[in-house]
This record gives sequence, C-alpha cells and structure tokens, in this order.
Amino acid sequence: MSSAVKTPLLQVRNLRVEFPTRRGVLTAVDDLSFDIHEGEVLGVVGESGAGKSMTGTAVIGLLEPPGRIAGGEVLLRGRRIDNLPYEELRRIRGKEIGMIFQDPLTSLNPLYTVGRQLVETIRTHSDLSEGRAKARAVELLAEVGIPAPERRVNQYPHQFSGGMRQRVVIALALCANPRLVIADEPTTALDVSIQAQIISLLKRLCSEHGAAVMLITHDMGVIAETADRVAVMYAGRLAEIGPVKDVVKHARHPYTHGLMGSIPIVGQDLDRLTQIDGSMPRLSEIPPGCPFHPRCPRVFEPCDQERPDPIPVENSEVACWLYDDKRSGGGGHG
Amino acid sequence: MVEVRPLPSADSPLVEAVDLAKHFDVSPPWLTRVLERQPRTLLKAVDGVSFAVPRGRTFSLVGESGCGKSTVARLAVGLYTPTAGRLVFDGTDLAGLNSRAAMAPVRRRLQMIFQDPFASLNPRWRVRDIVAEPIRAHGLLSETRAIDRRVGELLELVRLTAADGQKYPHEFSGGQRQRISIARALASNPEFLVCDEPTSALDVSVQAQILNLMKDLQRELGLTYLFISHDLAVVYHISDYVGVMYLGRLVEWGEARSLFRKPQHPYTRMLLDAIPDLEMTGRRRIPVRGEVPSPMNPPSGCHFYPRCPFANERCRAEVPLSITLPHGGEVRCHAVEEGRLTEAAVRQALGRGASAP
Repeated sequence: MSSAVKTPLLQVRNLRVEFPTRRGVLTAVDDLSFDIHEGEVLGVVGESGAGKSMTGTAVIGLLEPPGRIAGGEVLLRGRRIDNLPYEELRRIRGKEIGMIFQDPLTSLNPLYTVGRQLVETIRTHSDLSEGRAKARAVELLAEVGIPAPERRVNQYPHQFSGGMRQRVVIALALCANPRLVIADEPTTALDVSIQAQIISLLKRLCSEHGAAVMLITHDMGVIAETADRVAVMYAGRLAEIGPVKDVVKHARHPYTHGLMGSIPIVGQDLDRLTQIDGSMPRLSEIPPGCPFHPRCPRVFEPCDQERPDPIPVENSEVACWLYDDKRSGGGGHG
Repeated sequence: MVEVRPLPSADSPLVEAVDLAKHFDVSPPWLTRVLERQPRTLLKAVDGVSFAVPRGRTFSLVGESGCGKSTVARLAVGLYTPTAGRLVFDGTDLAGLNSRAAMAPVRRRLQMIFQDPFASLNPRWRVRDIVAEPIRAHGLLSETRAIDRRVGELLELVRLTAADGQKYPHEFSGGQRQRISIARALASNPEFLVCDEPTSALDVSVQAQILNLMKDLQRELGLTYLFISHDLAVVYHISDYVGVMYLGRLVEWGEARSLFRKPQHPYTRMLLDAIPDLEMTGRRRIPVRGEVPSPMNPPSGCHFYPRCPFANERCRAEVPLSITLPHGGEVRCHAVEEGRLTEAAVRQALGRGASAP
C-alpha cells in the first residue's frame, strides 16, 4: 500500500473541542487523533453524545460558538487548516471538503431552485460561465440518479421527496470535486429502502470521483457495508479504530463488543440481546480514568484512575488497559 | 391487585382486526372546493387491514413512512374510530363502544407506549404522579399509601427504584424515560400493549435494554403486544408474527421466522434485501427501486406495481386479494397467486447471476 508512505489526506491530531458554559467547561471531544487516506472511507460510529458530529464540524471549522477547538490540530494534505482565517477556510470548504448533513431540508435553501443553488456553488469554485455551470448542474443531477434532470433543475427543494433531496445534497457536496466528503448521518432521516439507495450512490460516486469519505453514523450496518476503517467513539474519546472487519467481527474494546452484541440481527435467534447497563455519561459527568469503566464488564484496577491512550493491537488501536500487557499481565486479550 | 387471568393460549386471538379501514378527509376548505371546482380528497391511511394477535404473543407491523402502521396502532387502542371494519378486543368491537362509560372497562385493559419518551411525559409532573395517573383515572386504588406502594412496585418492575418517583422526567436519560412510559402503561394492569416505535428514538445499547425488558415483562405478566416499527432487525428479534404494510394495505403477514426466511410478496423480499449486512458476508444489496408514492394518490390495482419487477397488466388493474399460504400466513399478490415467482424469475428480476446464492 502506497498510502503508508504518502501523507494522509486528513490528519487529526489530539483534537479537543470545548464548550464553556456557566457551570464550567464541557469537553465534547477529547484528545482525538485519526487519519483518513486518499480515497478511503472512514466510518465514525458512536451513540448520541459520543462527539462524532462534533468531530465532523470541528474538522471543517463549522463549530457553533461557544464551541471551540481548544487544542490539537487538523491537517489537510499536510497543511494545517484549523487555524486559518475564516475566508480561507471558507474556500477550502466545498472546494476540498464537501459536506452532507442528516436533514437535507436544512442544507438546501427553500427559496432558491435546486439549479440556482448548484450553479452558485459550481461558480464559486470554478470559472465556468453561467450557461456552462447550468449544464454541469443538469449533468450532476443525472449522475446522482434524479430522473428528468432538465426539468427538475428548475424546481424548488419542497418539490423533491426526502430521498431525492438527499441526492441533490450529494450533488451539491460533489460539485467542486472535493478530495474529502464529510457525511453526517446521511441516511438517518430516510426510509430503509431509500437508505440502501443513498448509501450505494454515495459509495459509487465517491469512488468514481476519488474522494475520501468520513461517514459519521450511529448505524453499524451502514458502516459494515460502506467503510474501509472504523473509529468507535465514546464520551468524546476514541475507543477503538481499525479495519472494518476487525472492529465489526472481532471487536476488542469492551464497549465496541457490547455495542455489537446489542444490535439485533435478522436470522439470529437470541432470547436476549447483550445489554450494556447504564447509559453514556453526560458531558458534565464524565468519570475519571476510562470513561467507560462504570459500565464495563471487564473493569479492573487502573480503569477508574488512569485514562488509557490508544494502544496498537495488530492493525487496530484500542484505548483500553486490557491491551496493555504491563497492566493486564497479558491476560486481557480476546 | 392480583388478578386472575386465563392462561395464554395460542389459539384464541386477544385482538382481531377485520377489514379495518381509516380514511381521513383532507379536502381543501368548502369555499375553495366550490370556487375551484375541486372534489373531496380522501386519504386512505388504512385500507382494509385484517389480522389477529394471539394472546401472550407479539404481532409486529413493519413498513416505511406513510404506510399506515401508526394509524393502525391508534385504531387498536381506540384513539381513532375506524371508517369501516371492526377492531375486536377480547370479543368486544371497540367501534361499538361509543360512549366514554362503555369504553372505560375496556380502556383499562389496553395501553400504549409512544416513540418519543421526551414528548410523552409531562415535564411538570413528578414521575410518581405520571405513573399514578392511570391508577387514579381508572379508580383502581383510592388510598394514597396504596397508590404510592403500587407506583414503587411498578418502577421496580421496569428496573428503576421506588425513590426515582420523586424526580422529574428531565432528570432521566432517554432509556430511563421510556421505562417510565412502560411503568405508566402497566399501571392499569393492561393485557394488551400497543408499542409505536418504542425504541426508534433510542441508541442501540439502550434499545437492547428496552427490548430485553419488554420480553421479560411479556413473560412475567403474560402481555400481548402490537409492535410498530420500521426496523426489520428489531421486529425479527421481538415478534412472533409479522405483518408488512404498504400504502395502507397489509401486503403479507405470517409467523415471523417463516416470513423472514421465505418472504413471498416482492415488497417484503425487497425490504429484507435492503437491510444492511452486518455479518459482512459480502452479499450485494439490491436497493429497492423508486420511492413510496404519495398515499393521497396511490397507484391503481396493487399499490406496489410501479416498483415491482414482476408487475403485469393485471397488477395494474386489479386489487389483489389475500391468499392463504401453505405455512399459515397470508399474502396479497397476483404474481404469488399465479405462481409467477419462481426461483429463476426472482433471480433474473433482481439482477443476480444464476450462480449467486
């Protein structure tokens, strides 16, 4: 693999996102590091409050104040982007990083036709004429599988169904040929049958355009089908990151293990699902040490005191003391 | 508070829907209709649905948004009056009970759990008052001490503590709130619970807790569930029987395991095909073509024909009737009836190679 030599497309180093509130500073993302390579699909999973969406918005600099990046850095092709002035970052957004949000209605302007929004975005990032941009917009709509694109291009977002709107959003995200697409729960608001269509479309288009994808979702099924590697987040921290097969089939972190067991599967006859008791801590009540230790079935002595850093295990990294041979006496594996 | 209940027997249905229909009048206002010469428009949310829920079992309805599954849920607890058909609960037709007084004894025996535990609990009430409300409303207990004791029991039944009754809903997480909703639903000793997407708003690990709890309670209390969900994996896990709805009609229903193993209706097959593959077998997903049409203006004949790879002229013109399957379920499909859905035809239509499994 040549990617081992090349600089990763996106490098996130020790990212920390904070929210100052009246009751103190809340840490939504804490010391998070990961890479995304050219053309790779990285899945980011976790339950509500895990900090996965916050990571996505921090990467493209769209954190809503008072949220702020309080530490670490974000590098795109080796160049630091988290400290760029607003205007410069705005040019990168759209041109180099495309964004797809959960609810297509919020990312489309209801007052403008779909065509006008596409043309505007295309012209912001290229020097195409109005007419050429319009032709490109129709092409893009056809590419994302919208029937009769010549007619649809002049329609408003409310005239599209949910699935069709999400296709328009994908067209918008891809129109400047970005190197990276951040998709935040792109299928969560859609019906099952439409979900499958959108996921296969997203996957096909990104590989055709050679774009890498950061796919943020809570749905392990979507990840299993789409991602090359997966990062599992818990309480703002990385629990485990590794190739999708390893994480889905041989989860190492006790949290990932419990999470996988709690998902019902068609064809699997279980009387009871694996149950992780309790729930994710609120940001104001993250326990010391490993944040998962109060719910962990395999908790032992260092867990409530010291915070585990990601430890390399084969092709993965796992933030769990069980994988530190000095701590667990080598007996924790498996 | 101990109640003698007949032992659950698979043969006698506790709840039975017979040609159940609910139409909503969504016409524009009278003046607009007269001026613009528009006819009345009817939304057939539920259009002739029949099924039976045996005592002590779980019957699930699945389908995509707009298929009418939540309307069936509301009909089943008597929140809506059916436009046509009957909903029979333990021998009594709910539609026939047109006064509050006549409805009261039945109402105690059926309860509902809603999707959003943030919207279904009154934020200004303490949890003990929320859970005690059905007890007071049905006059089951009058003494305050007895009510408090019962509320404590109910909270412990859903794996909370009696002390939690002092708190307000906002002090609980989503999963705990859903437990409170369940405790409230159980307060009147119901036999039948209608659960409308009870875990859809929850995270997977919390969903597992609630599903496990619901199964435990069913065993402990002999409850009968009508479970509404769009998540096929959840439905597979919790159900004894499953019905698949499409635009107001029940296109197929049957025993859960056999329906999932041998789906008959092309829509059921496609829905099952659309489930993400967590086992990572490398199976190629065949996305369902097209989208659900508007229920305001559904296609003629079989509603599914525009998306169906097996549709022909008959499907377009004629509404398919229910046919009984050899293993007991029912399906509404001309192609199944005519035996057009052979293995080879299915494989070809779904674009699979002949060698593919």
